[in-house]
Amino acid sequence: MTAVAEKPQADAGEIPSFEVTMRIARFTPEDDKGVHWEDFTVTMHGTDRVLDALHEIKWHIDGSLTFRRSCAHGVCGSDAMRINGRNRLACKTLLKDLDISKPITVEPIKGLPVEKDLIVDMEPFFDSYREVMPFLVAGGQEPSRERLQSAEQRERFDDTTKCILCAACTSSCPVFWTDGQYFGPAAIVNAHRFIFDSRDDAGEQRLEILNSKEGVWRCRTTFNCTEACPRGIQVTKAIAEVKQAVIRGRV
Amino acid sequence: MQTHNYDVVIIGAGGAGMRAALESSKRARTAVVTKLYPTRSHTGAAQGGMCAALANVEEDNWEWHTYDTVKGGDYLVDQDAAEVMAKEAIDAVLDLEKMGLPFNRTPEGRIDQRRFGGHTREHGEAPVRRSCYAADRTGHMILQTLYQNCVKQQVEFFNEYYVLDVLMTGDPRTDEGVRAAGVVTYELATGEIHVFRAKSIIFASGGFGKIFKTTSNAHTLTGDGPAMAFRRGIPLEDMEFFQFHPTGLAGLGILLSEAARGEGGILRNSEMERFMERYAPTLKDLAPRDVVARAMANEVREGRGAGPKKDYVYLDLTHLEPAHIDAKLPDITEFARTYLGVEPYTDPIPVFPTAHYGMGGIPTNIRGEVLANATDVIPGMYAAGETACVSVHGGNRLGTNSLLDINVFGRRAGIAAAEHAAEVDLPDLPEGVETPTVELLERLRDRPATEDRIANIRTDLQELMDANVQVFRTEETCRTALAGITDLKKRYETVAIQDKGRRYNLDLMEAVELGFLLDLAEIVALGALHRKESRGGHFREDFDTRDDANFLEHTMAYRTLPGEEGAEGTPIRLGTKPVVITRYEPKERTF
Repeated sequence: MTAVAEKPQADAGEIPSFEVTMRIARFTPEDDKGVHWEDFTVTMHGTDRVLDALHEIKWHIDGSLTFRRSCAHGVCGSDAMRINGRNRLACKTLLKDLDISKPITVEPIKGLPVEKDLIVDMEPFFDSYREVMPFLVAGGQEPSRERLQSAEQRERFDDTTKCILCAACTSSCPVFWTDGQYFGPAAIVNAHRFIFDSRDDAGEQRLEILNSKEGVWRCRTTFNCTEACPRGIQVTKAIAEVKQAVIRGRV
Repeated sequence: MQTHNYDVVIIGAGGAGMRAALESSKRARTAVVTKLYPTRSHTGAAQGGMCAALANVEEDNWEWHTYDTVKGGDYLVDQDAAEVMAKEAIDAVLDLEKMGLPFNRTPEGRIDQRRFGGHTREHGEAPVRRSCYAADRTGHMILQTLYQNCVKQQVEFFNEYYVLDVLMTGDPRTDEGVRAAGVVTYELATGEIHVFRAKSIIFASGGFGKIFKTTSNAHTLTGDGPAMAFRRGIPLEDMEFFQFHPTGLAGLGILLSEAARGEGGILRNSEMERFMERYAPTLKDLAPRDVVARAMANEVREGRGAGPKKDYVYLDLTHLEPAHIDAKLPDITEFARTYLGVEPYTDPIPVFPTAHYGMGGIPTNIRGEVLANATDVIPGMYAAGETACVSVHGGNRLGTNSLLDINVFGRRAGIAAAEHAAEVDLPDLPEGVETPTVELLERLRDRPATEDRIANIRTDLQELMDANVQVFRTEETCRTALAGITDLKKRYETVAIQDKGRRYNLDLMEAVELGFLLDLAEIVALGALHRKESRGGHFREDFDTRDDANFLEHTMAYRTLPGEEGAEGTPIRLGTKPVVITRYEPKERTF
């Protein structure tokens, strides 16, 4: 006799379908139309995401619609875009959670140069990331086994290890929009991940980098970044913790 | 066109490519050429862990790990390679920890370990805690850690450069002394062609799960590496062995890690029966993936599927403490909430097998050197990770062994490629090596408009493969697939794309990718037709047992030469390669 458990209350029913209009900011560097809106109306289903609607358009209506995507379930960070004015991952935003009675606007993330349609130049974003020494710097003799770290020490920086470098936070930041030199939330998050890692020895160097003109003090605590993060990282809190460490002059 | 000269060129910036780059760039001038930004690679989607016999929480040793790998792979594993992997696993995990990977920890501060499917102590007696993990985002942490160390080491990346052709000094099927010479790439941002001359080339371009409709794989996993190698005369090994992961979100294919079952999750049918007790009395829900996936498919076929169409089963976590779920399985439970609207604390999650991992690929030896045939290597050519077949996974890969594979064999390939580069000159390339690539692109771009679309052909291919070459296969279904692929290839010869531009022409990229998928799907279906036995992930209903007398051998698929007749009307010739057996004679698999 095998083990039997109680049945669930209800099974998922049939998936409803609906029409939705996608209003997309188009830009082709090779023509002279500049940035302009185009509407596409498509039939979609209850479990479909914004990415599915973009694919429906690209695959069956207009093959020139251009956007980045890869994993399609919110872990690779390719498809951050501005959906109804908010930064989100297209593959993690269900159409049914948006107001489909009106056109859904889709634009590239702000503050980075637009290359084509929804694709932006990510290099400035990664440049800032690289500047904060986003890697473990451990001094002393290397142990033969693993370095010891308690579960509590590990927990201290758990939240900021979730970052997928999608740029949703940085490109939602009004300071970054007006000053592209600002490191931006994502770079600070990735500095935080090492500053608070008990195995790391370069915290003070990172704090010095982030104490610079384009560092943490540019943050106006508007919380856009925290709202935008598709991984649920408490970005503003992480920035605040780095600010406090800068004031203390140590981790 | 631009030309670049390097010692080592690595194709792909996922786990295998970056692990190789960390070794190679210390020793030789190295370029990593990748169609995606490095942190977008699918290594980042791996969840559950990376097994190594650290014995941090209970007794374990690498020999048990080797045995599990061999048995899990249904004895098609090359045992010398499995020994290397299980032995080097320990240092591979410790290396990642030293690079900064934030593993979960034991109360003593050591790397914590948990159970995973098919990993046992004492040769199958009971599950063992062997998987080192970082919550349920171990792959994400590996990818980030490797990228962080590439930044630290100033590895040179060419991001969004799509490699379309691999260059050698001759044809490995017919010529003597053929060696690696370079790659032809297409810069997505500009549409410009770049030729990279190189002494060593490492394929680390990932898998080809997009030949199937229901898959955990990223849109970009289109088998570019194996397909371009095949077109140039490099054989592909064991392509008929594809793993269907038991727990994809029903209807979507998004992966829910085996860690869910490692942490105590249970599979149930529509009667809420724990059906794995019938199929695998000892390991139950933690039997290897091929066994569990078939059991699930069988429950559905026999009418015990759940849901309105009775076409899935349940993954039940409701008996686990919510705090435990949050600590150990935060990401996958969020997938269930986001994509299916199911709350895993209180309701079981609808799941069904999803195409997950190609065991086959570009054949290599344990140094990562690519084979031209059953015995000879192609000097300067290397492969590692899912794109390669070394073969540590045989007929069915054990959970966590992919993250291990990329680290162990990525490292080995990186070292070997750099050492080779130190010993040889840069091969000369004749004028016009880029011409076939340019012609391929122009042909696709310049065709007159058609009703048919790339996406339609791709969807038809994926549905054809799901219907005929999935968990259950027969001679008839394999023949149906082959005939269907022949028709799809004809449509592919005339279909037009819509984007005629140069910059970021991803319409064109998808068209090229589909060409690769069609070639690989044909090899998969042909291999499945010819292997008249059931082994690991390859299950033939008309030959439902393993047949060691006739099929304890690797399949090698070669592209036919001009004028040569292929098998079953395809442009493919099939050969074999012996399986390396060191310590474990094949036995019947029970779990």
